[in-house]
Amino acid sequence: MIEFHLDTRSGVSPYLQLVHQVRRALRLGLLQVGDQLPTVKDVVARIAINPNTVLKAYRELEHAGLVAARPGIGTFVTKTLADGSVASYGPLRQDLQRWLAKARRAGLDDDSIDALLQDTFRSATRQVVA
Amino acid sequence: MTSVLTTIELGKRYGRRWALADCTLEIPAGHVAGLVGPNGAGKTTLMNLAVGLLAPTAGTIEVLGTRPPSSPAELARVGFVAQETPTYATLSVADHLRLGAHLNPTWDAALADRRIDQFGLDLRQRAGKLSGGQRAQLALTLAVAKRPELLILDEPVASLDPLARREFLQGLMESVAEHGLTVVLSSHLVADLERVCDYLIVLAGGRVQLAGVVDELLSSHHRLTGPRRDFRTLPPGQEVIQASHTERQSTLLVRTDAPVLDPAWTVEHVGLEDLVLAYMGAATETDHGRRPALAVRR
Repeated sequence: MIEFHLDTRSGVSPYLQLVHQVRRALRLGLLQVGDQLPTVKDVVARIAINPNTVLKAYRELEHAGLVAARPGIGTFVTKTLADGSVASYGPLRQDLQRWLAKARRAGLDDDSIDALLQDTFRSATRQVVA
Repeated sequence: MTSVLTTIELGKRYGRRWALADCTLEIPAGHVAGLVGPNGAGKTTLMNLAVGLLAPTAGTIEVLGTRPPSSPAELARVGFVAQETPTYATLSVADHLRLGAHLNPTWDAALADRRIDQFGLDLRQRAGKLSGGQRAQLALTLAVAKRPELLILDEPVASLDPLARREFLQGLMESVAEHGLTVVLSSHLVADLERVCDYLIVLAGGRVQLAGVVDELLSSHHRLTGPRRDFRTLPPGQEVIQASHTERQSTLLVRTDAPVLDPAWTVEHVGLEDLVLAYMGAATETDHGRRPALAVRR
Protein backbone atom coordinates (compact mmCIF):
# COMPACT_ATOMS: atom_id res chain seq x y z
CA MET A 1 0.00 0.00 0.00
CA ILE A 2 1.25 3.49 -0.78
CA GLU A 3 0.38 6.82 0.81
CA PHE A 4 -0.44 9.88 -1.23
CA HIS A 5 0.59 13.46 -0.58
CA LEU A 6 -0.34 16.72 -2.22
CA ASP A 7 1.81 19.69 -3.20
CA THR A 8 -0.57 22.63 -3.49
CA ARG A 9 2.12 24.98 -4.73
CA SER A 10 3.17 23.04 -7.81
CA GLY A 11 0.42 24.19 -10.16
CA VAL A 12 -0.01 20.54 -11.21
CA SER A 13 -3.65 19.56 -10.78
CA PRO A 14 -4.26 17.31 -7.76
CA TYR A 15 -5.52 14.33 -9.78
CA LEU A 16 -2.39 14.39 -11.94
CA GLN A 17 -0.24 14.45 -8.81
CA LEU A 18 -1.92 11.23 -7.66
CA VAL A 19 -1.45 9.65 -11.10
CA HIS A 20 2.24 10.61 -11.08
CA GLN A 21 2.71 9.17 -7.60
CA VAL A 22 1.23 5.81 -8.61
CA ARG A 23 3.23 5.72 -11.85
CA ARG A 24 6.39 6.53 -9.95
CA ALA A 25 5.69 3.79 -7.38
CA LEU A 26 5.08 1.35 -10.25
CA ARG A 27 8.31 2.36 -11.97
CA LEU A 28 10.35 1.98 -8.79
CA GLY A 29 8.76 -1.35 -7.92
CA LEU A 30 7.08 -0.02 -4.74
CA LEU A 31 3.78 -1.22 -6.16
CA GLN A 32 3.49 -4.63 -7.80
CA VAL A 33 0.83 -6.56 -9.65
CA GLY A 34 -1.95 -7.53 -7.24
CA ASP A 35 -1.25 -4.72 -4.76
CA GLN A 36 -4.26 -2.69 -3.68
CA LEU A 37 -4.42 1.08 -3.96
CA PRO A 38 -5.86 2.94 -0.95
CA THR A 39 -9.66 3.18 -1.09
CA VAL A 40 -11.16 6.51 -2.05
CA LYS A 41 -12.50 6.97 1.47
CA ASP A 42 -9.06 6.28 2.97
CA VAL A 43 -7.34 8.81 0.72
CA VAL A 44 -10.04 11.40 1.35
CA ALA A 45 -9.90 10.94 5.12
CA ARG A 46 -6.10 11.00 5.19
CA ILE A 47 -5.18 13.97 3.05
CA ALA A 48 -8.49 15.92 3.02
CA ILE A 49 -8.90 15.86 -0.73
CA ASN A 50 -11.96 15.83 -2.97
CA PRO A 51 -13.19 12.25 -3.62
CA ASN A 52 -13.85 13.10 -7.29
CA THR A 53 -10.15 13.88 -7.64
CA VAL A 54 -9.19 10.40 -6.41
CA LEU A 55 -11.80 8.75 -8.66
CA LYS A 56 -10.54 10.71 -11.64
CA ALA A 57 -6.94 9.66 -10.95
CA TYR A 58 -7.95 5.99 -10.59
CA ARG A 59 -10.02 6.15 -13.78
CA GLU A 60 -7.05 7.52 -15.68
CA LEU A 61 -4.79 4.76 -14.32
CA GLU A 62 -7.44 2.20 -15.25
CA HIS A 63 -7.67 3.67 -18.74
CA ALA A 64 -3.90 3.29 -19.07
CA GLY A 65 -4.30 -0.39 -18.18
CA LEU A 66 -2.26 -0.11 -14.99
CA VAL A 67 -4.98 -0.84 -12.43
CA ALA A 68 -8.42 -2.43 -12.37
CA ALA A 69 -11.34 -1.69 -10.08
CA ARG A 70 -13.14 -4.61 -8.47
CA PRO A 71 -16.53 -3.24 -7.48
CA GLY A 72 -17.08 -3.28 -3.73
CA ILE A 73 -13.52 -4.43 -2.99
CA GLY A 74 -11.07 -1.87 -4.27
CA THR A 75 -8.62 -0.94 -6.98
CA PHE A 76 -5.72 -3.27 -7.74
CA VAL A 77 -2.50 -3.02 -9.73
CA THR A 78 -2.63 -5.09 -12.91
CA LYS A 79 0.57 -4.04 -14.60
CA THR A 80 3.95 -2.84 -13.48
CA LEU A 81 6.15 -0.26 -15.13
CA ALA A 82 9.28 -1.59 -13.49
CA ASP A 83 10.51 -4.26 -15.95
CA GLY A 84 12.34 -3.41 -19.15
CA SER A 85 12.80 0.26 -18.46
CA VAL A 86 14.70 -0.30 -15.20
CA ALA A 87 17.30 -2.40 -17.04
CA SER A 88 18.06 0.51 -19.33
CA TYR A 89 18.44 2.92 -16.38
CA GLY A 90 22.05 1.79 -15.73
CA PRO A 91 23.61 2.66 -19.09
CA LEU A 92 21.52 5.85 -19.41
CA ARG A 93 22.63 6.94 -15.96
CA GLN A 94 26.28 6.34 -16.97
CA ASP A 95 25.82 8.49 -20.09
CA LEU A 96 24.30 11.21 -17.95
CA GLN A 97 27.12 11.02 -15.42
CA ARG A 98 29.70 11.36 -18.22
CA TRP A 99 27.77 14.34 -19.59
CA LEU A 100 27.58 15.94 -16.12
CA ALA A 101 31.34 15.58 -15.68
CA LYS A 102 31.83 17.21 -19.08
CA ALA A 103 29.49 20.09 -18.16
CA ARG A 104 31.40 20.67 -14.90
CA ARG A 105 34.72 20.69 -16.77
CA ALA A 106 33.21 23.31 -19.09
CA GLY A 107 32.67 25.47 -16.00
CA LEU A 108 28.88 25.11 -15.50
CA ASP A 109 27.58 25.31 -11.94
CA ASP A 110 24.57 23.35 -10.67
CA ASP A 111 22.06 26.05 -11.55
CA SER A 112 23.37 26.40 -15.09
CA ILE A 113 23.26 22.63 -15.57
CA ASP A 114 19.69 22.54 -14.29
CA ALA A 115 18.64 25.43 -16.55
CA LEU A 116 20.26 23.77 -19.58
CA LEU A 117 18.64 20.41 -18.80
CA GLN A 118 15.18 21.93 -18.32
CA ASP A 119 15.49 24.04 -21.43
CA THR A 120 16.66 21.12 -23.61
CA PHE A 121 13.99 18.87 -22.16
CA ARG A 122 11.30 21.42 -22.89
CA SER A 123 12.37 22.15 -26.46
CA ALA A 124 12.68 18.41 -27.16
CA THR A 125 9.20 17.82 -25.76
CA ARG A 126 7.85 20.68 -27.80
CA GLN A 127 9.30 19.21 -31.00
CA VAL A 128 7.48 15.98 -30.26
CA VAL A 129 4.22 17.90 -29.74
CA ALA A 130 4.71 19.99 -32.89
CA MET B 1 -25.29 17.82 -15.99
CA THR B 2 -27.95 19.28 -13.69
CA SER B 3 -27.08 22.34 -11.69
CA VAL B 4 -27.65 22.87 -7.98
CA LEU B 5 -27.42 26.63 -8.09
CA THR B 6 -28.33 28.85 -11.02
CA THR B 7 -28.37 32.63 -10.92
CA ILE B 8 -29.23 35.02 -13.73
CA GLU B 9 -28.19 38.66 -13.41
CA LEU B 10 -28.69 38.32 -9.69
CA GLY B 11 -28.21 41.47 -7.62
CA LYS B 12 -28.63 42.57 -4.02
CA ARG B 13 -28.56 46.19 -2.98
CA TYR B 14 -28.24 47.61 0.52
CA GLY B 15 -29.29 51.26 0.34
CA ARG B 16 -27.20 52.67 -2.51
CA ARG B 17 -24.56 49.96 -2.36
CA TRP B 18 -24.73 46.86 -4.55
CA ALA B 19 -23.30 43.96 -2.53
CA LEU B 20 -23.80 41.68 -5.52
CA ALA B 21 -24.39 42.84 -9.07
CA ASP B 22 -25.21 41.19 -12.36
CA CYS B 23 -24.18 37.75 -11.06
CA THR B 24 -24.79 34.98 -13.60
CA LEU B 25 -23.61 31.61 -12.45
CA GLU B 26 -24.28 27.91 -12.73
CA ILE B 27 -22.86 25.39 -10.27
CA PRO B 28 -23.17 21.81 -11.57
CA ALA B 29 -24.26 19.00 -9.23
CA GLY B 30 -21.76 16.54 -7.75
CA HIS B 31 -18.99 19.05 -7.22
CA VAL B 32 -17.34 20.63 -4.24
CA ALA B 33 -17.39 24.22 -5.40
CA GLY B 34 -15.13 26.85 -3.86
CA LEU B 35 -16.25 30.46 -3.73
CA VAL B 36 -13.32 32.81 -3.36
CA GLY B 37 -12.92 36.56 -3.42
CA PRO B 38 -11.73 39.54 -1.39
CA ASN B 39 -13.69 40.83 1.61
CA GLY B 40 -16.87 42.53 0.47
CA ALA B 41 -16.92 40.65 -2.83
CA GLY B 42 -20.47 39.43 -2.20
CA LYS B 43 -19.76 35.84 -1.15
CA THR B 44 -21.86 35.90 2.01
CA THR B 45 -24.63 37.80 0.24
CA LEU B 46 -24.73 35.14 -2.51
CA MET B 47 -24.90 32.34 0.06
CA ASN B 48 -27.62 34.04 2.08
CA LEU B 49 -29.62 34.53 -1.13
CA ALA B 50 -29.14 30.83 -1.95
CA VAL B 51 -30.57 29.63 1.36
CA GLY B 52 -33.45 32.10 1.32
CA LEU B 53 -32.25 34.31 4.19
CA LEU B 54 -32.17 37.26 1.80
CA ALA B 55 -34.43 38.18 -1.10
CA PRO B 56 -32.81 39.43 -4.33
CA THR B 57 -33.14 43.05 -5.47
CA ALA B 58 -32.65 42.06 -9.11
CA GLY B 59 -32.41 38.93 -11.23
CA THR B 60 -33.32 35.35 -10.36
CA ILE B 61 -31.84 32.52 -8.35
CA GLU B 62 -32.72 28.83 -8.40
CA VAL B 63 -31.55 26.24 -5.89
CA LEU B 64 -31.96 22.53 -6.72
CA GLY B 65 -34.29 23.50 -9.55
CA THR B 66 -36.69 25.70 -7.56
CA ARG B 67 -36.67 29.11 -5.93
CA PRO B 68 -34.60 29.32 -2.72
CA PRO B 69 -36.04 27.06 -0.02
CA SER B 70 -38.83 28.24 2.27
CA SER B 71 -41.06 25.25 3.11
CA PRO B 72 -39.79 22.54 5.52
CA ALA B 73 -39.62 19.99 2.68
CA GLU B 74 -37.46 22.35 0.60
CA LEU B 75 -35.32 23.36 3.55
CA ALA B 76 -34.55 19.71 4.28
CA ARG B 77 -32.72 19.48 0.96
CA VAL B 78 -30.24 22.25 1.76
CA GLY B 79 -27.76 22.35 4.64
CA PHE B 80 -26.24 25.66 5.66
CA VAL B 81 -23.44 26.54 8.06
CA ALA B 82 -23.17 30.31 8.47
CA GLN B 83 -19.96 32.23 9.14
CA GLU B 84 -18.26 31.51 12.49
CA THR B 85 -20.08 28.13 12.62
CA PRO B 86 -22.78 29.32 15.06
CA THR B 87 -24.14 27.03 17.79
CA TYR B 88 -26.24 27.70 20.91
CA ALA B 89 -23.68 28.45 23.63
CA THR B 90 -25.83 27.35 26.60
CA LEU B 91 -27.10 24.13 25.01
CA SER B 92 -25.15 20.89 25.36
CA VAL B 93 -23.96 18.78 22.43
CA ALA B 94 -26.78 16.30 23.21
CA ASP B 95 -29.32 19.18 23.18
CA HIS B 96 -28.11 20.19 19.73
CA LEU B 97 -28.62 16.65 18.46
CA ARG B 98 -32.13 16.49 19.96
CA LEU B 99 -32.91 19.86 18.38
CA GLY B 100 -31.65 18.60 15.03
CA ALA B 101 -33.78 15.45 15.29
CA HIS B 102 -36.93 17.47 16.10
CA LEU B 103 -36.48 20.14 13.47
CA ASN B 104 -35.42 18.01 10.51
CA PRO B 105 -37.75 15.45 8.88
CA THR B 106 -34.82 13.62 7.27
CA TRP B 107 -32.57 13.50 10.38
CA ASP B 108 -30.01 10.64 10.38
CA ALA B 109 -29.45 10.01 14.12
CA ALA B 110 -26.98 7.16 13.56
CA LEU B 111 -24.82 9.37 11.37
CA ALA B 112 -24.89 12.21 13.90
CA ASP B 113 -23.94 9.89 16.79
CA ARG B 114 -21.13 8.33 14.78
CA ARG B 115 -19.62 11.71 13.88
CA ILE B 116 -19.88 13.06 17.44
CA ASP B 117 -18.17 9.89 18.64
CA GLN B 118 -15.48 10.07 15.95
CA PHE B 119 -14.53 13.61 16.91
CA GLY B 120 -14.53 12.79 20.61
CA LEU B 121 -17.16 15.35 21.58
CA ASP B 122 -18.63 15.02 25.08
CA LEU B 123 -22.44 14.92 24.83
CA ARG B 124 -22.88 16.77 28.15
CA GLN B 125 -20.52 19.60 27.21
CA ARG B 126 -22.12 22.98 26.54
CA ALA B 127 -21.41 24.31 23.05
CA GLY B 128 -20.06 27.54 24.55
CA LYS B 129 -17.27 25.56 26.23
CA LEU B 130 -16.15 23.75 23.07
CA SER B 131 -12.98 24.73 21.22
CA GLY B 132 -13.35 26.46 17.86
CA GLY B 133 -12.55 23.23 16.03
CA GLN B 134 -15.04 21.19 18.06
CA ARG B 135 -17.76 23.79 17.56
CA ALA B 136 -17.13 23.72 13.81
CA GLN B 137 -17.39 19.91 13.85
CA LEU B 138 -20.67 20.13 15.77
CA ALA B 139 -22.10 22.64 13.30
CA LEU B 140 -20.98 20.46 10.38
CA THR B 141 -22.50 17.37 12.02
CA LEU B 142 -25.86 19.12 12.38
CA ALA B 143 -25.77 20.19 8.73
CA VAL B 144 -24.68 16.77 7.40
CA ALA B 145 -27.02 14.69 9.59
CA LYS B 146 -30.09 16.26 8.02
CA ARG B 147 -28.85 14.50 4.86
CA PRO B 148 -29.11 17.47 2.50
CA GLU B 149 -28.51 17.26 -1.25
CA LEU B 150 -26.68 20.57 -1.15
CA LEU B 151 -24.45 21.82 1.66
CA ILE B 152 -23.53 25.50 1.81
CA LEU B 153 -20.68 26.56 4.10
CA ASP B 154 -19.70 30.20 4.63
CA GLU B 155 -16.01 30.38 5.57
CA PRO B 156 -16.22 27.30 7.77
CA VAL B 157 -12.50 27.09 8.55
CA ALA B 158 -11.58 30.80 8.76
CA SER B 159 -11.17 30.89 12.53
CA LEU B 160 -9.62 27.43 12.99
CA ASP B 161 -5.98 26.54 13.62
CA PRO B 162 -4.26 24.50 10.88
CA LEU B 163 -4.83 21.13 12.59
CA ALA B 164 -8.52 21.77 13.29
CA ARG B 165 -8.87 23.06 9.74
CA ARG B 166 -7.43 19.89 8.27
CA GLU B 167 -9.62 17.72 10.51
CA PHE B 168 -12.70 19.69 9.51
CA LEU B 169 -11.93 19.26 5.81
CA GLN B 170 -11.23 15.55 6.29
CA GLY B 171 -14.66 15.16 7.92
CA LEU B 172 -16.28 17.16 5.16
CA MET B 173 -14.62 15.13 2.39
CA GLU B 174 -15.61 11.87 4.09
CA SER B 175 -19.24 13.02 4.02
CA VAL B 176 -18.92 13.89 0.35
CA ALA B 177 -17.41 10.46 -0.40
CA GLU B 178 -20.11 8.66 1.58
CA HIS B 179 -23.25 10.56 0.63
CA GLY B 180 -22.31 12.17 -2.67
CA LEU B 181 -23.60 15.57 -1.64
CA THR B 182 -22.83 18.75 -3.51
CA VAL B 183 -20.97 21.39 -1.53
CA VAL B 184 -20.51 25.11 -2.01
CA LEU B 185 -18.01 26.65 0.38
CA SER B 186 -16.37 30.03 0.61
CA SER B 187 -12.87 30.58 1.91
CA HIS B 188 -9.90 32.89 1.77
CA LEU B 189 -7.53 29.97 2.03
CA VAL B 190 -6.86 29.01 -1.55
CA ALA B 191 -4.52 26.18 -0.57
CA ASP B 192 -7.42 24.51 1.25
CA LEU B 193 -9.74 25.09 -1.69
CA GLU B 194 -7.24 23.51 -4.06
CA ARG B 195 -7.35 20.34 -1.99
CA VAL B 196 -11.05 19.96 -1.57
CA CYS B 197 -12.67 21.81 -4.46
CA ASP B 198 -13.05 20.55 -7.99
CA TYR B 199 -14.97 23.62 -9.08
CA LEU B 200 -13.95 27.21 -8.51
CA ILE B 201 -15.73 30.55 -8.64
CA VAL B 202 -13.83 33.80 -8.26
CA LEU B 203 -16.07 36.63 -7.13
CA ALA B 204 -14.71 40.19 -7.03
CA GLY B 205 -16.35 43.56 -7.14
CA GLY B 206 -19.76 41.88 -6.78
CA ARG B 207 -19.27 39.98 -10.05
CA VAL B 208 -18.16 36.54 -11.21
CA GLN B 209 -14.63 36.86 -12.64
CA LEU B 210 -13.93 33.20 -13.27
CA ALA B 211 -15.84 29.94 -12.90
CA GLY B 212 -14.95 26.42 -13.95
CA VAL B 213 -13.69 22.94 -13.19
CA VAL B 214 -10.39 23.27 -11.31
CA ASP B 215 -8.44 20.77 -13.44
CA GLU B 216 -9.48 22.58 -16.61
CA LEU B 217 -8.61 25.97 -15.15
CA LEU B 218 -5.16 24.74 -14.15
CA SER B 219 -4.43 23.09 -17.49
CA SER B 220 -5.59 26.06 -19.56
CA HIS B 221 -3.57 28.76 -17.77
CA HIS B 222 0.17 29.23 -18.23
CA ARG B 223 2.80 31.66 -17.10
CA LEU B 224 4.99 32.78 -20.00
CA THR B 225 8.29 34.52 -19.45
CA GLY B 226 10.56 35.71 -22.23
CA PRO B 227 12.17 38.69 -23.92
CA ARG B 228 10.06 41.83 -23.73
CA ARG B 229 7.36 42.05 -26.36
CA ASP B 230 3.96 43.53 -27.00
CA PHE B 231 1.35 41.00 -25.95
CA ARG B 232 -0.90 42.08 -28.81
CA THR B 233 1.41 40.04 -31.04
CA LEU B 234 0.31 36.78 -29.38
CA PRO B 235 -1.49 34.24 -31.56
CA PRO B 236 -5.30 34.27 -31.42
CA GLY B 237 -6.71 32.02 -28.73
CA GLN B 238 -4.19 33.17 -26.13
CA GLU B 239 -6.04 35.47 -23.78
CA VAL B 240 -3.85 37.63 -21.55
CA ILE B 241 -5.11 37.75 -17.97
CA GLN B 242 -2.18 39.54 -16.45
CA ALA B 243 0.94 41.13 -17.94
CA SER B 244 3.98 42.75 -16.43
CA HIS B 245 7.08 44.02 -18.17
CA THR B 246 10.57 45.07 -17.24
CA GLU B 247 12.88 46.74 -19.74
CA ARG B 248 13.93 43.39 -21.14
CA GLN B 249 11.46 40.79 -19.97
CA SER B 250 7.74 40.17 -20.23
CA THR B 251 5.80 37.94 -17.85
CA LEU B 252 2.32 37.01 -18.96
CA LEU B 253 -0.43 34.91 -17.51
CA VAL B 254 -2.40 33.59 -20.46
CA ARG B 255 -5.43 31.40 -20.88
CA THR B 256 -5.37 29.07 -23.86
CA ASP B 257 -6.59 25.57 -24.65
CA ALA B 258 -3.82 24.88 -27.18
CA PRO B 259 -0.19 24.25 -26.21
CA VAL B 260 2.11 27.29 -26.35
CA LEU B 261 4.62 26.51 -29.11
CA ASP B 262 6.56 29.76 -29.42
CA PRO B 263 10.14 28.80 -28.36
CA ALA B 264 10.83 32.35 -27.12
CA TRP B 265 8.64 31.70 -24.07
CA THR B 266 9.47 29.71 -21.00
CA VAL B 267 6.14 28.10 -20.13
CA GLU B 268 5.27 27.24 -16.53
CA HIS B 269 2.29 25.92 -14.60
CA VAL B 270 0.27 28.43 -12.63
CA GLY B 271 -0.82 27.46 -9.12
CA LEU B 272 -4.40 28.06 -8.10
CA GLU B 273 -3.43 30.83 -5.70
CA ASP B 274 -1.66 32.85 -8.42
CA LEU B 275 -4.57 32.21 -10.75
CA VAL B 276 -7.10 33.52 -8.23
CA LEU B 277 -4.96 36.59 -7.46
CA ALA B 278 -4.57 37.36 -11.17
CA TYR B 279 -8.33 37.36 -11.72
CA MET B 280 -8.95 39.44 -8.60
CA GLY B 281 -6.32 41.91 -9.83
CA ALA B 282 -7.90 42.02 -13.28
CA ALA B 283 -11.27 42.76 -11.65
CA THR B 284 -9.84 45.75 -9.80
CA GLU B 285 -8.29 47.16 -12.97
CA THR B 286 -11.39 46.91 -15.17
CA ASP B 287 -13.56 48.26 -12.37
CA HIS B 288 -11.38 51.36 -12.29
CA GLY B 289 -11.82 51.89 -16.00
CA ARG B 290 -15.37 50.91 -16.65
CA ARG B 291 -17.36 50.97 -13.48
CA PRO B 292 -16.75 54.10 -11.45
CA ALA B 293 -20.08 53.51 -9.70
CA LEU B 294 -18.62 50.47 -7.98
CA ALA B 295 -15.43 52.14 -6.81
CA VAL B 296 -16.90 53.12 -3.47
CA ARG B 297 -16.97 49.50 -2.49
CA ARG B 298 -13.23 49.10 -2.14
